[in-house]
Amino acid sequence: MDNIINARGLSCPQPVIMTVNEIKKVKNGTIVIMVDTDTAKENVSRASKAQGWEIANVEPEEDGYRVTITKED
Amino acid sequence: MKNLLATKWGIIVVGIVIGVIASLLQLWGNPANMGICVACFVRDITGALGLHRAPVVQYLRPEIIGFVLGSFGAAYLFREFKPRVGSAPLVRFILGVFAMIGALMFLGCPWRALLRLAGGDWNAILGLLGLAFGIWIGTRFLKSGYNLGATHKTHTSVGWIFPVIMAGFLVLMLFNPKIAGEPQSGILFYSVEGPGSMHAPLIVSLFFGLVIGFLAQKSRFCTMGAIRDLILFKQTHLFSGIVGLAIAAFVTNLLVNQFNPGFAGQPVAHSMHFWNFAGMTLAGLAFALAGGCPGRQLFLSGEGDGDAAIFVIGMVAGAAFAHNFGLASSPAGATPAGMVAFVIGLAACLLIGFTMRDKI
Repeated sequence: MDNIINARGLSCPQPVIMTVNEIKKVKNGTIVIMVDTDTAKENVSRASKAQGWEIANVEPEEDGYRVTITKED
Repeated sequence: MKNLLATKWGIIVVGIVIGVIASLLQLWGNPANMGICVACFVRDITGALGLHRAPVVQYLRPEIIGFVLGSFGAAYLFREFKPRVGSAPLVRFILGVFAMIGALMFLGCPWRALLRLAGGDWNAILGLLGLAFGIWIGTRFLKSGYNLGATHKTHTSVGWIFPVIMAGFLVLMLFNPKIAGEPQSGILFYSVEGPGSMHAPLIVSLFFGLVIGFLAQKSRFCTMGAIRDLILFKQTHLFSGIVGLAIAAFVTNLLVNQFNPGFAGQPVAHSMHFWNFAGMTLAGLAFALAGGCPGRQLFLSGEGDGDAAIFVIGMVAGAAFAHNFGLASSPAGATPAGMVAFVIGLAACLLIGFTMRDKI
């Protein structure tokens, strides 16, 4: 099952902190991060790449984005 | 569409543009090493409205109006305007108050600290070290779960309030224009001498304010975030922007003969090293807890963030306290009352950091 983080409504840098914490916890696999601003989407994507994860999908949804990041074993 | 301004080179270019404009604004009339200073300019606006009566720092700075309206325009153009409120507004107000009191102890926001450095004012080094230290304390809180909670989506008109206030200020200025040698024009105050009397022409200030507001909204330029991300995530993205700003301002200063290195006799500055450091430590901590430097708070206000607007209104209140109670430094140095306010401010910020955490 995907790990889902709801970072909507949270201001910078909370979405990134939550994402990085989750990355450290699960090590690899798939994480879905829900954000509500373009800034948070960009920051989460940038931080994930810096951690060696890939941006699998960025899906616009009502009031925000659903960013899916992955890392294989 | 990919956001070019939010790429590494995008943020560097934005930093360079801000640095060059700031240096040139000094050439065109703004105070020395103060081409742009969000804290000083908000303080000047507070004075222009008569909320404090320090006669040397009263001018309704059009750059600030431009920052908010430029960001507002960019947010609408790129469909990023998101009216939102409700993330601990009272706390943000308090953080704005003490951020301003700390910044006025040093005499500048982070932008001006960089511009002072680029102009050869070595006192800025102490300020920047203090800023980094304050932000470092803030990152400790962030790491241990500090969080002011989520905002909530709200009515479009709520997001319009702050930009409309800024547009209203511009109208006030047009109907109460500066009269040379007069300390008051209609309901607005204008400094006859001191930094408040020094300014670029209104249209120039407004135009470049709009340009910077537009670019900064899209690039997410933030001086506090620059240092915070470096400490917290070892990310150099935003940091490369402030390096661009400092270098561009330095080179422009050299070209137009505005570079005067030294500690003593620097414009609108003092050399009490400890208090320069301490003032910016308080400001840096308050910025970190509020999630943005004063400039960033203005840009966020423009894109509909009501909590950022509350922070700015806190800065206005802080500026009024700072000058009405004699807390602000002057070229003669920090004041005893300012030192007391520093201790109270630091205690308040630490209390906020320690008590407002999620369980993790």
